[in-house]
Parts: sequence; structure tokens; C-alpha cells
Amino acid sequence: MDPGLLAQYLFNGLMLGTIYAIVAVGFSLFFGVLDVIKFSHGDVVTVGAFSAFGAAGLMAALATLSGPLALAVGLIAALGAGALSGVIIGRLLVLPLKNAPGVNVLLATLMAGTVLREAIRLGVPNGGNPKPFPALLPEGVLKAGSFSVGIDSVIILLAGLAVVLATHLVITRTRLGLSIRAVAQDEEVAQLAGVSFNRTVLGTFALGSMLAGLAGLMLGLYYREINFNMGVMLGIIGFACAVVGGLGSLIGPIIGGFLFAGVQTLVTVVLPFTSAYKDVVAFAVIIALIGLFPTGLIAEKSSERV
Amino acid sequence: MATDQMLARRKLLNVAGAALAALSLATAPALARDTVKIAFIGPLTGGNSATGLGGRNSASLAVDLHNAKPDAKYTYELVPFDDECKPNVGVQVATKAASDKSIIAGITHYCSAVAIATVDTYNRFGLPVVVWGAVLPEITYGNDYKEIHRVNGTMINEGKMAAEFLTKQGFKTFVVIHDTTDYGKGQNKYFAENLKPQGGEILATFPVPPDQQDFTAELTKVKELKPDVVFIGGLTPLGVRVRSQMDRLGIPAQLAGVSGIMSAGFIEGAGPAAEGTVSFHNGAPLTKYADGKAFMDAYAKAGYREDPDAYGPFAFSAANLIMDAIEKAGPDRKKVRDILNTTKGYKALVGEINFDDHRQNIVSANVYVSQDGKWVYWPDSAYATGTKKLPGKAASN
Repeated sequence: MDPGLLAQYLFNGLMLGTIYAIVAVGFSLFFGVLDVIKFSHGDVVTVGAFSAFGAAGLMAALATLSGPLALAVGLIAALGAGALSGVIIGRLLVLPLKNAPGVNVLLATLMAGTVLREAIRLGVPNGGNPKPFPALLPEGVLKAGSFSVGIDSVIILLAGLAVVLATHLVITRTRLGLSIRAVAQDEEVAQLAGVSFNRTVLGTFALGSMLAGLAGLMLGLYYREINFNMGVMLGIIGFACAVVGGLGSLIGPIIGGFLFAGVQTLVTVVLPFTSAYKDVVAFAVIIALIGLFPTGLIAEKSSERV
Repeated sequence: MATDQMLARRKLLNVAGAALAALSLATAPALARDTVKIAFIGPLTGGNSATGLGGRNSASLAVDLHNAKPDAKYTYELVPFDDECKPNVGVQVATKAASDKSIIAGITHYCSAVAIATVDTYNRFGLPVVVWGAVLPEITYGNDYKEIHRVNGTMINEGKMAAEFLTKQGFKTFVVIHDTTDYGKGQNKYFAENLKPQGGEILATFPVPPDQQDFTAELTKVKELKPDVVFIGGLTPLGVRVRSQMDRLGIPAQLAGVSGIMSAGFIEGAGPAAEGTVSFHNGAPLTKYADGKAFMDAYAKAGYREDPDAYGPFAFSAANLIMDAIEKAGPDRKKVRDILNTTKGYKALVGEINFDDHRQNIVSANVYVSQDGKWVYWPDSAYATGTKKLPGKAASN
């Protein structure tokens, strides 16, 4: 195959994989620290996308902003809205249900996700319709032979990879990261050592949900279109990636994300007529992998599965 | 929310209109006219709502104009339902409309997947309906339900016209991307069938789910195949996504699509990239109709927020066809159905309506091109006169 096209496929796969990975990391963070599954995660992505959309639109209506400034406003809105919804969900639904069976949290957050989704559909003017997302990044296309990518795509990809790296640094190098790891290992010992449990949990939820909000902004910038149910499939894919990679670890979900995107891309390349079945194939691969590696490709170090 | 408000406002307007009509009638011997309800069903929210709202406004305009006629026997009330372009929702609202005995007939569906799912419901409840926008042939030809009529053409005309036109323009190789609903599959079938005899070649066909967001993998394959034309068998959201992602990957091929992408939503969503996209539609532009200008003026005067869009004139014609049948037969579903069944030479906005033995109007398709942010009738466009070049041709030269 033409190397330019190969590079093109690789880039497409990387792009999708980065977005999946960012969502999957959130699932893994929540599970790592509290052993809960927060199913509203996909809809927090949507909240992030719509917040950025609304903020950028509002600012554009009030004053003519230059591209970077409008982008900054959108970014702050996406991160802020993501963190806020994460903290609210954590405070109101997850912490009170801490001693309840895990499935209760799963259900409660699943429903919270529906609430967020419907709130967007009904609360945003014409919220049922897809919205064209403003192009806040510089336009233009980079070309090399048969390989061509938008400059905006490159920026989004680099930003995504940087964010994944930054999350890794937060977990391994900061005080919050230290307390997250401490609580994840042993909640009681961590508390004895003076780590505030509630604050750590809420910090984790804010961090993971900020990632989701950011993923929403990235999706909007990449596809130039957002809609109220964009997070549903993404949430499921993100969760699947996190499980197959290893819930609780950081590198596992990233591998899972790229794996999922890779399978999806590969299916379309190898057998074009099966393009409609690419999700079927990708999820089938996930099922097979979960069967082979029940604790994920990268298992959590202090494995205390029940 | 906004739609609700708008509906409320529209209702208020209707009431105001009726009041005005009543006032103007006050000089004539005032007769209390019975109110007859007609259902309008189409996608009022979602990615295809531009067409749905245009159809609803047009039908509502027909009703208002009819109510203003001094010699009308009945006062008509349009009851709008939102099928969201989803078959399951469509069947629910169809059942709701059909089981409401006060509704005498329906102007139904733009989305083929919904229209085909609801034909049994209308037949079971005996509600005569006139389809105003869905183009799947099986809606009329796949059954023998006396309740189902259609004023617009089918995708058989569209597919044939698309194949003939595109090959005549000198395009030889094609890639088809179609959604996996009955609509997309049908469009693919009729286009492919008609393309072969014209000498065109299909290099690859990509069936995709209608809500797929990322097409980069498919389009990279398309890039490798280097077709002259990418043909879309799907609705506006699919068209917008493929069009904008084609740009991102630098695919120079011509984009052509079925009437499902011929909407204001496509041009708004795809932005400048929409320029030069070709579409096929079985309605002629309003200006080509004898009463087109009158319709446009009345529409503008009524102050609707949305354009009538591609299928508005059909919804308008369907509404008039139904109301004239009710004028003749009275508010009786069976009698109205029988009158609709035998429609021949009915003068409507969209031209003469003649139903064949499957109650399908006989029409031919037209070619349109997106030019300067509007869908322009091909013979009138700068592309036909040669002042502009189709993007697919500019690239191959």
C-alpha cells in the first residue's frame, strides 16, 4: 500500500484512539479510587462539548474574539462544566452510596447520565438538532503526497496526547495524585495517614470529568458538529476500553483506547463492505480479550477483585 | 422546548387567523362551520428537522389559506406530530393519530424508514394518508393498502436520474456511501441498477449506520480508490459529515447525493464545502410552478421562521388534496379515502397529481446543485452555463 495512505490510516486511528483513551482513563480513575463505575461519563463529554459551544457562541455574540481567545473561553467552559458535573455526581450520588453494592452506583450514575442528556436536549434551544461547532482552530491542510491532514487535527491530536501525559504526571507527581494512589490502595490506612477521603474522591471525580469535558471540546473541534446523544456510544466504548485495558490502571485504558480504534480502522480498510459491522467486530474483539484477560491487559497492582 | 413554544404560538396564530376570518365573514350570513382535524407527521426535531418544519409550515399554510375561503364547508385544524425520523417513534405517533377518531386524514412522513414502518398502522386503523416526502418505492408499491397515497415521486426516479446525469457529465467511477436503513439501502439499489447500463463503474460500496460520526476510515479507503464521484445514499447528517471529512482528508471527488441531503441543513452544516454538491429531487423549483410565486408570497407573509425546504410544496399540495376530498365527501375516513384513491388530473402546486393503481403520483426527477449557499435548479445554475465548474471536474483536469 502507498505509504501516504498508510500514514493516513495511522493518523485516523491515532486520533480516534486518543479520544477513546481520554474517556477510558476517566472510567479507570473512578474505579481505581473507589471501585465504582460512573456510567454518566459519556454524557459528561456531551456536557463539556455543549458548554464550550455555548460559551464560545455567547462570547462571539458579545464581542468579536480572536480565534485563540474564543478557544480559551471554550476550553475553560468545557473543563469547568466537566469538573462541576463530576463533583456534583460524586457528592450527590457516589459518596452517599459508598457502602451500597457497586451496582447501585452504576445504576444511579447511568440515570444521572440520562438526566444530563435530556437536560441538554430539552434545555438548549433546538437541542434535539445537531449543532455546527465553530471552527476555533486555525484552518489549513498539511499535505505530503497522498497524505493530508488538517492543521486543526494535528493540534487536537497533540493536545490529546499531552493531556494523557499530564494526567499521568498528576497521578505520579502531585499531592493529589499521591492521595489518589493512597486511597486506591487502602482507604483506611490512607485516612490514618491524614488523607481526606472525601476530598480525594471528589478530586478524582473532578479530574476524570475534566478529561471528559475536554474530550467533548476535542470532538466538537474535530467533527465540527455536536449533538445531544454523542456521549452515549462514546461512554460505552470508553468503558469497554477501560475494562479491556485494566480498570484502575492508567496505561491500560490508553492501550485499550488505541486497540479499539485500531480494530475499527482495520475492519474498514481490510473489508470495506463490512464497514457497517466495524463496531460489531471491535466489540467482539473486546469480548474475546476480556475472556482471555479477565483483569484487563494491565492488571491493577494491588489486585483485590472479589 | 422551542418547538413547543412555536406550536403554541402557531396555534395562537391559527386562532387569530380564524378569528380574523370569522370577522371578515361577519357580513355574510354567519354559519357555524364544523372543525375537521388533519394530522401532520414529520421530523420536527433532530437532524432532519429543517425539512420537517418546512413541511409542517407549508401544510399549516395550506390549512390557513383554505380556512380563509368564504365558501369552505369546514374549518380545518392541523394537528402536528413529531416522528423524530425514528421508526419506533413514528409508529407510536401514527397510532396516536390513527386511533383519534376526530382526525380524518394525515399528511405523513418525510423519512422513508418511518413511512414504511407505519403503513400497516394506517391500514389497520383505516386512516387515509398522503405521504409528502418519503421516497422509498415500497411505501406505495410494496403493499396494496388503499389508505396510502403519495404526492412526491420515488427513489426509482431519483436513482435513474442520478445515474443518467452523472455519467452524462463525464464521471465514470463511483463510490457509494449509504446508510443501512431501508432508505439508504433502497437508494443504493436503484442508483447501482441504473448506473451499469450507463457505463458507470462502482468501485466500492460502504454501508454505514445512519448515526455514524467518524468516516475517516471509509474516506481514506475512498482516497485510495480515487473515484470521480462519491455518492451519498442517506440523509442530511450523513451528507454533512461525509462532506466535511472529505475536505479534511483532501479528497477531490465530486459529491452527489439523493434528495435526502437536499436541505438547508446540509448547506448550513457543511458550510462553504457544500458548494458544487449535486442532488436529485423529484420536485421542480417553486419558480417553475404556475402557482409557485403565490405560494412563496403567502409563505413569506405568514412569517414562518423556517424555509419551506425541498418538500414543503409537496406537503402543501397533500394538505390541499386532502381538504378538497373532505369538502366533497364530508369528514368520513372511508369516503375521503375513496375520493383520494381516484385522484386524476388534480391541479396542485407541484403540478398535476395523477395516482396510479398503487396511489402513487407520477413525477420525474430534477437535478439541483448547491451554489452560493443555496440549492439551485441545475439548468439555471452557473455550473450548467459553464461559468462555474463542478469540483469533481475541476480536480480531474
